Amino acid sequence: MKTYEPILLKNMIQPGYAGSLPEYERAGGYQALRKVLGKVTPAEVTAVVMKSGLRGRGGAGFPTGVKWGFLPKDYQGPRYLCCNADESEPGTFKDRQLIERDPHQLLEGMLLACYAIGAASSYIYIRGEFVLGAKILEAAIKEARAAGYVGKNILGTGVSIDIWVHRGAGAYICGEETALLESLEGKRGLPRVKPPFPATHGLYNKPTVVNNVETLANLPHIMNRGAEWFASIGSPPKSTGTRVFCVSGHVARPGNYEVPMGITFRELIYEQAGGMRSDKKLKAFIPGGASAPFLTPDHLDVKLDFESVALAGSMLGSGGVTVMEEGTDMVWAALRLMEFFYHESCGKCSPCREGSSWLVQIMRRIVNKRGRMEDLETLTDLCKNIAGRTVCAFGDAEVSPILSTLKHWRHEYVTMIHAAEAANLIRPEPAGAKH
Amino acid sequence: MLKEKYQAEIDEILSRYPVKRSALLPLLYLAQREEGYVTEAAMQEIAGILKLTPPQVYETATFYTMLNLKPVGRFHLQVCKSLMCALVGSDTVIGWIGTKLGIKPGETTQDKLFTLSIVECLAACGTGPMMQVNDDYYERLTEEKLDRILADLRQTGTCSLKTGPFMWPEPAAAKSGA
Repeated sequence: MKTYEPILLKNMIQPGYAGSLPEYERAGGYQALRKVLGKVTPAEVTAVVMKSGLRGRGGAGFPTGVKWGFLPKDYQGPRYLCCNADESEPGTFKDRQLIERDPHQLLEGMLLACYAIGAASSYIYIRGEFVLGAKILEAAIKEARAAGYVGKNILGTGVSIDIWVHRGAGAYICGEETALLESLEGKRGLPRVKPPFPATHGLYNKPTVVNNVETLANLPHIMNRGAEWFASIGSPPKSTGTRVFCVSGHVARPGNYEVPMGITFRELIYEQAGGMRSDKKLKAFIPGGASAPFLTPDHLDVKLDFESVALAGSMLGSGGVTVMEEGTDMVWAALRLMEFFYHESCGKCSPCREGSSWLVQIMRRIVNKRGRMEDLETLTDLCKNIAGRTVCAFGDAEVSPILSTLKHWRHEYVTMIHAAEAANLIRPEPAGAKH
Repeated sequence: MLKEKYQAEIDEILSRYPVKRSALLPLLYLAQREEGYVTEAAMQEIAGILKLTPPQVYETATFYTMLNLKPVGRFHLQVCKSLMCALVGSDTVIGWIGTKLGIKPGETTQDKLFTLSIVECLAACGTGPMMQVNDDYYERLTEEKLDRILADLRQTGTCSLKTGPFMWPEPAAAKSGA
C-alpha cells in the first residue's frame, strides 16, 4: 500500500500524543503564529492562502482566501471569525478527531485566520453532542491564554484575539453557515436569504467569515511551509492539499484516512480502508456525505478531487465516503437518508418542509410493499420541484439519495412495486372514496 | 431560581457575547443541567435575564432536539439510526436495548433510570453502531457491550466503555497499517 505524508494527523498518530500545549509546541506548534503575527501583514497572509489553493473542507469547496477577500477593506467596526465545528453531515467524523486529538492545531489556525481578516473575536460553533470536544477545546483555550497565544496583546505584538466555544443543540441545518450564525445569535437555526453574504452581513450583521475545522487546521502548515509546498500536494491546480476522508459502512477498516486529493476511490476503499469487510462485492458508495448522490462500482476509478467527482455526477462534499456491499437494499438505503432529511428540514421553505414529508411517505409505502408504479413518477416530480427552490442547499441535498438510486437501481424500486402487486396488497379504491 | 444559584456562571456566559440573546442556548443548557430538562419556569427566568419575551425563548428551545422539554430518565440512551449506523447494525442495537429494558423508543423505564431515544447521525459513522448516553459516546456496540453498559450504569452511574478522545483507526493501528 502506498503511504502518504500526513499533515493534519501528523501529531496525533504519534503514540502517546495527547494534544496538550507542551506537546503541541514540542512538535513545532505555534511557530507559524510567531512567524506571522506583527511580521507579515494580514493582506500577505490572505495572499499566501489564496496562492496555496486551499478550498473549504466543509462541503462546498469554496476557495478560502477568496472568501476572506470578500470582507470590506475599509470597514472600521468589529469583524468575526466562526469556526464551523457542527460536523453534522452523515458519513463525516473527521472534525471530531481533529478537535479531540490536536485542539491547538485548530486554535493556531483560527488565530491566523483572525489575524488575516482583522477579527478580534471568534467563536467555535461545535455540535452539542460533542460534549467532550467542547471540554477539550475549552481546556486548550485556557492553556493558550495562559501562555499568551490567546487574549490581549498576543506574544507582545499588540494583536488581541479571543476565542470562545459555543455549543449547538442538535440541528443538522446549523452546519449551513447562515443558519449557524442565526443559532449563534440565540435564534432558531433558519438559513438566511443570500445575498447579503456573511462577508458583509454576518454575525450581528457584521463582516464575518465562517470556516470549517479542517480548513482552519491547514493554515499553520501553509504559513510554515509555504503556498508553493501546499499547492504541489494533491491534484493541482484546483484541488490542492490533503483531505481527511472518513470511510464508513461495509469496509474492513472504517476510519479517518488523510491522503492527498486526487487518489482514486479504489485506492481509498481497497488499500487505505482495507477493502470490503467480507467476500461480498461493493455495490454502491456515497462519495461525500449524505448530500452527495450515490455512485456505483463503475466510478471506483474516479479521482477524489472536487472536479472529478462533480464530473461523475456527484460531489466531494464533506469527504464522508460510505460503502455498501452487495445485498444492500438501495431503496431502503435511500429511505434511511430521506428520513434523516425529513427529520432535519428546518421548516423555513415550503418545498423542502412539505416535500420531505411527502417523499418519506412515498418511500415508506414502496419499502412496505404497498407501492404503485406511478409513485416513481411522483417521486421524480417532487424532487424536481424541491431542488433549487429553497433558500439553502438543503433542498438539493435531500433529493440526491432518491434521484441517484432511481438512476442507478430503478429496477429495485420496480421489483418492490411488482412484489406489492403480486401480493395483492394494493386494492382498488372503493367507489366514491374520498381523500 | 437559576440566578441565585449560578450568578457567577451566568455573568461569565453573558461576558462572551456582545449581544445578550447569544447566551440563550448556554443558559438553556444550564437550566437543563439543573433540572434534567428545561422547565417553563426556567424559560421565563431566562427570558427575564436576556430581556426577551418568553415566546422568543420557547421558539428557540423547541427548535433544538437536545433540549428536553419533558423529563427524561437518569440515563438518556440515544441510539443513532441514520444510514451509516444502520448498515452496521443499529436496528439490532435498538431492538436489544428495547428488549432488555422492556421499553419502546421514546419511553422511560418505570424506575425512571433509562429513556430510549432514536436519533439521527451523531458523527461517529466509522465506529457504528453507536449511542450517546447523557454526555458520553459508546461506539462499536455489540450485544455483550450493551449488557455491560446497562449493568454498569445501573450499578455505578457510569461505564468505562465510553469512548474518546476520538481517533479511528487508533494510533497504533494507523502506524502499523501505514
